[in-house]
Amino acid sequence: MSDLHLSDDAPTPGERAAVDAVVGPFGPTVVRETERLVRSGRVRRDERRHLLLPALHALQHESGWISPGGLNHVCDVLQVPPAEAYGVATFYELFRTTPPEHDGPTTHVCVDAACRIHPAFADTVAELRASGAHVREAPCLGLCDRAPGVFVQGVRSPDHVPSDDQPFALPQAGDPSLRLLRRVGVVDPTSLDSYLAHGGFRAFAVAREQGAEAVLDAVTRSGLSGRGGAAFPTGVKWRAVRDAPGDRKHLVANCDESEPGTFKDRTVLEHDPFALIEAMCIAALATGATDGWIYLRGEYPQAAARLASAIEQCRDAGYLGDGALGDGFDIELRRGAGAYVCGEETALFASIEGYRGEPRSKPPFPTTHGLFGQPTAVNNPETLLNVLPILLDGVDAYRSVGTEQSPGTRLWCLSGRVARPGVYEAPFGVTLGELLALAGGVTGQLQAVLLGGAAGSFVGPDALDLPLTLEDARAAGVTLGSGVVMAFDASVDLTDVVVRIAEFFRDESCGQCVPCRVGTVRQYEALVQLRERRVLTPTRRQLLDDLAAVMGNASICGLGHTAASAVRSALRLGLIGKETAA
Amino acid sequence: MILLWGSNAREAHPIFFHHLLVGVDRGARLYCVDPRRTSSAKFADLWLGIDVGSDIALANAIGREIIHAGLANRAFIEHSTTGFDAYAEAVEPYTLEHAAALTGVPAAAIREVAHAYALAEKAQILWTLGITEHHNAVDNVLALCNLALLTGHVGRWGSGLVPLRGQNNVQGGGDMGALPNKLPGFADVADPAARARFEAVYGVPLNPEPGLHLTLMFDAMERGELRGLYVIGENPADSEADVRHARELLAGLDVLVVQDLFLTRTGELADVVLPASAAWAESDGTVTSSERRVQRVRAAVPPPGDARDDLRIIGELARRLGYDWGEPTAEQLWDELRSLSPLHGGMSYERLEAEGGLQWPCPTLDHPGSPFLHGWLWEPDLGGRQPAPFSVVHHAGPAEQLSEEFPLRLTTGRALDSYNTGVQSGAYDSPIRTGDALDVSPADARRLGLADGERVRVSSPRGSVEMRIRLQPDLPPGLTFTTFHFPELVDTNVLTNDAWDRKSGTAEFKAAAIRIDKLTAQVAGQ
Repeated sequence: MSDLHLSDDAPTPGERAAVDAVVGPFGPTVVRETERLVRSGRVRRDERRHLLLPALHALQHESGWISPGGLNHVCDVLQVPPAEAYGVATFYELFRTTPPEHDGPTTHVCVDAACRIHPAFADTVAELRASGAHVREAPCLGLCDRAPGVFVQGVRSPDHVPSDDQPFALPQAGDPSLRLLRRVGVVDPTSLDSYLAHGGFRAFAVAREQGAEAVLDAVTRSGLSGRGGAAFPTGVKWRAVRDAPGDRKHLVANCDESEPGTFKDRTVLEHDPFALIEAMCIAALATGATDGWIYLRGEYPQAAARLASAIEQCRDAGYLGDGALGDGFDIELRRGAGAYVCGEETALFASIEGYRGEPRSKPPFPTTHGLFGQPTAVNNPETLLNVLPILLDGVDAYRSVGTEQSPGTRLWCLSGRVARPGVYEAPFGVTLGELLALAGGVTGQLQAVLLGGAAGSFVGPDALDLPLTLEDARAAGVTLGSGVVMAFDASVDLTDVVVRIAEFFRDESCGQCVPCRVGTVRQYEALVQLRERRVLTPTRRQLLDDLAAVMGNASICGLGHTAASAVRSALRLGLIGKETAA
Repeated sequence: MILLWGSNAREAHPIFFHHLLVGVDRGARLYCVDPRRTSSAKFADLWLGIDVGSDIALANAIGREIIHAGLANRAFIEHSTTGFDAYAEAVEPYTLEHAAALTGVPAAAIREVAHAYALAEKAQILWTLGITEHHNAVDNVLALCNLALLTGHVGRWGSGLVPLRGQNNVQGGGDMGALPNKLPGFADVADPAARARFEAVYGVPLNPEPGLHLTLMFDAMERGELRGLYVIGENPADSEADVRHARELLAGLDVLVVQDLFLTRTGELADVVLPASAAWAESDGTVTSSERRVQRVRAAVPPPGDARDDLRIIGELARRLGYDWGEPTAEQLWDELRSLSPLHGGMSYERLEAEGGLQWPCPTLDHPGSPFLHGWLWEPDLGGRQPAPFSVVHHAGPAEQLSEEFPLRLTTGRALDSYNTGVQSGAYDSPIRTGDALDVSPADARRLGLADGERVRVSSPRGSVEMRIRLQPDLPPGLTFTTFHFPELVDTNVLTNDAWDRKSGTAEFKAAAIRIDKLTAQVAGQ
C-alpha cells in the first residue's frame, strides 16, 4: 500500500530495534534493492500484516506505551495506515497510547469475582499502592486459585506473575485416575526429554501409524466435544476442515483463556506444554493443517516462556517444521494483549491477522473461511489434550467414564469460597456437591455457585445434586462453559459481584454490534442503580429483560449472547434484587 | 498480471486506478515501469525505475528474454502475426546486460518482469503519456505491442494493450473524425469511395487533402501559412511545449477564435471568444471511453448566461457562413453518423440507454458490440484480415541529451488534485495541493547545496523559470520532476522540448535537459 501519511514523530533507537527484531525474519514490506528497483506491493504487505500485534507488543515492552514515533516506524515497516494501526493499539487492555506517568512496570490487580471476594483483596491492593507500585485494575487474570491475582507488566523487563514464584502443587497429585492432568506436577515442563520419558509423543506415533482417517474416526467415535464452552463435536469440526478445499489450512489452539473464573488451560500449559504440541501435531495430521498457531492470552508470561521453549525443542528434535519426525507442520506462538472478546474464534483470527479483534459474522464458518480466510480448525487446549488418551487407550477406554452423551473427563476450575481452590479433573456426571467436596468443601454456608464463568449462570444450594454433564446442564437451563465452578458463601455481597460481571461485559464489548455496545452499558447502569438503592423497580427489571433479549438476538458473537446470562440467573434465583416490587 | 508502463494512474486516472486496485485485491500482480517511484508505483510488486526515454531498450530486452527462455507463444505467432523473424533478429542485441546499461535497472529485474509477463495466464500492458510524450512515441507504443504479439496477451478476456485516455471522450473525438486524415468512423479522407459516401449525405464536396495536427499547425503558423485558428476546448497557450514560442505564434495570427467553458490564457489572446456549455451537464449527446464504449450524456441544466451548446454554436456559425442546417437534435446527428460509420451502425439511442452503453464495432442493431477490439486475432480465419505485424523498433533515447551545461533530466506529469493547465481545477481548493515545485532527489540537492523549499532558477536550452524545489526521497538522483498545473505561477512549458514525433505529432514533454542555479549565488555574481 502506498499513500501512507506519517507524522514527523521518530522512534527511539530502542523502539526501532525492538520492532526490527520482530519484523526482521520476515523482511520489511518495502525493499529498496537499488535506487531504481523497489519491491513492495499488496502481497508483501498482506503477508506481513500479522506482524502488527507482535510489533505493538515490542513497542509497549520497550517504552511502556505505543508512542507516535514507534507507531510511525511500525507503520512504515509494515505499510499499515497509521490510523488503522492506532485503532488496533487502542483495542487492547495491555497497550497504552498515552505516555505512562511512571517509569517501570505496571502492576495489574484482578478485580473480578474470585479475587474481589478474597479476604486479602483490599489489603493486597493497599500494600501494593503503599510500596509505590503503579497499580491498575484488571479483569480476571486467570489466577483465581491464587487470589488475589496480580500480574506485573514489565517495561524492558520480563512480564511476571509473583505467585509463579511459589512452588506448584496439583491438588489431585498422585491420583492414578487422572488423564489430562497425569503429567502435571510430575514432568519437567521445560524438558522434551522429560516429556518423552513420561510417554510423550507416543500418541503421535500411533496417529502417524494409523493415518488421518483412523484418527478422525477415533475422535468422532470418542464423542469428544469442545471444552471452550460451545461443546461442538470435535470430530465433525476436524472432518469439515479436512474436506474443505485449499492448500493452506490452519490449526489454532485457542489459549486466550479469559472467561472470569477459568484457569485450567494456564495450569496445563505451564506444567505440561509439550502435551499441547503433541496434540496439535495429531490434529494437524487429522485435519491436513499446514500451519499451527497458539494464541495465548498476554497475561500468562510463564506459559508463554514454556510454550516458546517447548516449540523450539520440538523443532530441534524434528517433530515440528521440516524435521524428520513430523509432517512439515509448524507452530507459531502469538500473545494476545488483553481482550476477552479475542477468545471468540473469529475475533481471534482478526487479532492474529493484525486487525482489531472484532468477531465476524458466521457463516461462513472457520472450517472453510477461518484464519486468513482459509480453512481452520480452532480448538481449546483442553479439547486437544483429550486426543492423547483417546489414541493411547482407545475409544472404549476413553468412553468408560462420563456418560453416553458426555463421555470422558473434564477439567474443573474450583475457586471462590472453597477450602482448596484449583484445577480438578473429574468425569462428566460428577455432581456439583461432589466437586465442591473434592476441593475441600465450601468455607461457610453456601449461598450460590457460578457455573461457566461470567458468561454462565448462578445456581443455588439446591443444585448440589446436579450431575455435571452437557445434557443435564442443558436440561437445567445452565451451562458448564469453560468448567468454572465458583462458590460464594453467605457472607459475599452477590449484588457487588453481579455489578462487576456487568461492568466486565461493558468493558469487554468490542463495540461492533450496537445491541451489545449499548446494551452492556445500560445493563451495568441499571445494576449500579440496584446496588445503590437496593431496589429494582419493575421498569428496570423490564429493561434488563429487554436488553437481554436484544443482545441475545441481535449480536453477532457469543459475548453479546451471554452478557446478560449471569445477571438474569441471579435475578431469577432471587440472589439479587430481592426487594423487587412484584 | 498488470504492467503499468509510463503511467501514474493513481493520480492521473484516479477512478480507473480504483478499478485496477480491485484487480490487485483479487490477486493480480502489479509491475510498474516509470522513471519515478510514483504513488502508483508504490502499489506495485516491483517498480523498475528506468532512465527517461529508455522504454524501447527495456521492451526489446523483455522480448528477447521471452524468446530465449522459450516462453514465446509460438502457435499464436504462427497463426496471427507476421514479421517475427525480423523482430527476433532486431531484439537480439538487447541482452539483459545491455538493457541494464541503457535503462539503469538490474538485469535480473528485467528478466523477472519478462517471465512474469510471459507466464501470466492473463496480462495487460497499460500506458499513458510516459510512453507517448516522446519524440519517438509511436515506436514506444509499437515496442509494447510487440510484447503482446509475442505472448498472445491481446484480444482475450483479461489480456490486452490499454492506453489510458486523458478525458472521458478522447476516444470519441477521434472516432468522430477529429483527426487530420480521417472522416468519422476512421474512413480515410484520401479514399475517394469513402469520401463519396460522406459527400452524398453531406451534400458538399470534401477536401481530399489530410489536414494538419496540432504540432504541424504551429509549424504552419511559424511559416506564415496558417493565419486563422478556431480552438475548441484546448488551451495551447499554456499546454504547448516551448510555450513562450507558441504564445508568440498565437498572438501573431490574423484571427483566433476560442470556444471554451473558461476564459483561458488562449482565450485572452483571442479575437472572438464563444462561451460553450459543459458536456457533462449542459448538453445532450454521447461520449466514448477508453474501452470504446459509447455512452449517453444528458443535459441536466441549461448553460448559464450567454453560453450555448456546442451544437448550436457550430450550427449558427454554419448559418452565418451560408449553410442553414436548422437545429438538429443530438440524436438526429447521431443517426446521421450511424448511417455513415459502420462501427456505430447498431448503436441507436434506444439501445445505448437500455444497455448502458455499447462498445464498437457494433455495425447492426442485433450486434452485441465488441468487448475485444482484436478478438479476431484468435479466430481461425483471422476474421478475414491480415495477420498483425511485428514492428522493428530501436532504442533512441531522448532527443535532448544531458550536457555539462544542462546536466539534470526534467520530466513532467500530473498531480492528483489538478487537471492539465489548471483551467478546470485551479479554481477549487484542495487540502493536498502543494503548489508547483520542482521535485529534486535529496542526493542532487545536497550536491547543489539546495534546501527543501528553496527558490531556484531552473533553465533549459529554451528558457528559464524561477520556482521552489521540493526534496523527494523517492526520486532517483539525476531526475527532476514537475507539473504544469499552475502556469500562472510557473511556466513549466517554457522548459520542455518541442521535439516531436512525426508519426503522432506529440512533443517530448517527458524529457528535457535542465540546470538548477541558486538564486542567491546569481545575485552575488551580478
